[in-house]
Amino acid sequence: MTLTKDEPLILGFETSCDETGVGIVRGNTLLADAVASSVDEHARFGGVVPEVASRAHLEAMVPTVRRALKDAGVTLQDIDAIAVTAGPGLAGALLVGVAAAKSYALALNKPIYGVNHLAAHICVDQLEHGPLPEGCVAMLVSGGHSSLLFVPDVTGDVQPLGQTIDDAAGEAFDKVARVLGLGFPGGPLIDKAARDGNPDAIAFPRGLTGPRDAPLDFSFSGLKTAVARWIEHRERAGEKIPVADVSASFQEAVVDVLTRKAIQACKERGADHLLIGGGVAANSRLRTLAEERGTKAGIQVRVPRPNLCTDNGAMVAALGSELVRRGRTPSPLNFPADSSQPVVDVVAR
Amino acid sequence: MLLLAFDTATPATTVALHDGAAVLAESTTVDARRTGELLAPGITAVLEAAGHKPGELTGIAVGVGPGPFTGLRVGLVTARALGDALGIPVHGVCTLDVVAYQTNSATPFAVATDARRKEVYWAQYSDHLTRTTEPDVAHPALIADRLSGLAVAGEGAVLYPEAFPHAIEPRRPSAAALAELVVQRLASDPASLLFPEPLYLRRPDAVEPTTRKRVSTG
Ligand SMILES: [Zn+2]
Repeated sequence: MTLTKDEPLILGFETSCDETGVGIVRGNTLLADAVASSVDEHARFGGVVPEVASRAHLEAMVPTVRRALKDAGVTLQDIDAIAVTAGPGLAGALLVGVAAAKSYALALNKPIYGVNHLAAHICVDQLEHGPLPEGCVAMLVSGGHSSLLFVPDVTGDVQPLGQTIDDAAGEAFDKVARVLGLGFPGGPLIDKAARDGNPDAIAFPRGLTGPRDAPLDFSFSGLKTAVARWIEHRERAGEKIPVADVSASFQEAVVDVLTRKAIQACKERGADHLLIGGGVAANSRLRTLAEERGTKAGIQVRVPRPNLCTDNGAMVAALGSELVRRGRTPSPLNFPADSSQPVVDVVAR
Repeated sequence: MLLLAFDTATPATTVALHDGAAVLAESTTVDARRTGELLAPGITAVLEAAGHKPGELTGIAVGVGPGPFTGLRVGLVTARALGDALGIPVHGVCTLDVVAYQTNSATPFAVATDARRKEVYWAQYSDHLTRTTEPDVAHPALIADRLSGLAVAGEGAVLYPEAFPHAIEPRRPSAAALAELVVQRLASDPASLLFPEPLYLRRPDAVEPTTRKRVSTG
């Protein structure tokens, strides 16, 4: 049931973590981006509880589809094809979205694309900045991923360049926010606290930046421990914790490494475009520093607006749209949800 | 009437099509880890076997558990999404009731299915149509006395013979039976049909903070 169409109307599903996202795009035009989040239910646990997320996905699924259709002003019968995150992500959460998407595809007799979540994070920028330049470098940073990718073709050729060897960047934000007593999720809270702080106040370590370290891999576990130890030390001495300075210095350590390695990856691959996506791409300091270093290196930096950076259904629909535009073969109806789907597999088979 | 029935609350992914008079087609595959892969193709298979299209369906029947959560949710979200896409009603039935219906027993018995973690989901029946207790989850040893002397249907009796020595058929629910049961209840007692809400019977495990999804790019 391969479909090729220039401006297809795509219904996209995303349930890889704690957001139930349903997006609708026509070509590269965003029509609806409905998201129901269970983040509040996880806050008291300081992290996403998979079973809580999965239960919330089931409850939110049909209402979120209805909201997206209403926002877009289209009916299910207008839809040309369905796209859904097949992986990577939380296994039980992914399955809810995949089963729902298959049901809509089956009922409407439309092709379905089980797509890679990371490729969708890249493709979403087309909704804001137009077609992706061929052979760009993408850096995806969130609570679940920290990856550098070379992207000759987002519909079929995405190559891993480097990734975190321990914690994801967003995870480090969550953990440091918890130690500072700021709350969850940590990213926006640290970003805010850091605004009044001095990024050079404390020299926190930059992971994997030694001459013998993997040049494009990341490590944030040591940094997180260093911050916790620094705070513990001050607390034991009865000193007050300078939350703003700790936040700013920690944040600087993360974004310094991220941007340095991203620019390095662009240089190695001769890419003149760097695309940044994922929840951490909403971080204001990351945006500023990437822009600054990009300009210096002659690399154009593309970052979608914050609500397109976090997990959403529009990014999945955007990738679905590109797959249809290029006439790629859809997934069979029995494709699996794959919690560790490799990034080289853009479409599930 | 064209009723599509399925249940995913046990290792069996079972799908059937019923026209109000008889079961037209059934497809059952046992593989607990592949419910998400098996259900949609199972639905297209029964529709094709009976020569019908999804748009001709007039209702959905779904087993609402209790059962292991991941597979159970695949069935329920599928039922809700199909109901929404086709604009047709979704009728829920307790999965234990389906197994009970299949026993065709006129005398009291119990149903116990595998709840994992060395527990069973269970309920008591006075005959194949009448449940006398609320579905619950328990360690077999803790209910063995209460059910002593009763025949026990479902996988639980096969897994825990020391607690439930008198095992009877069937081991698992069949969608054909689910369809028949819903056709009967629609005619005689539609209020007994349930909203397609999973019977979890357990709270989510949420004790210690977990890390978010970790992703490899390899
Ligand atoms: Zn993501």
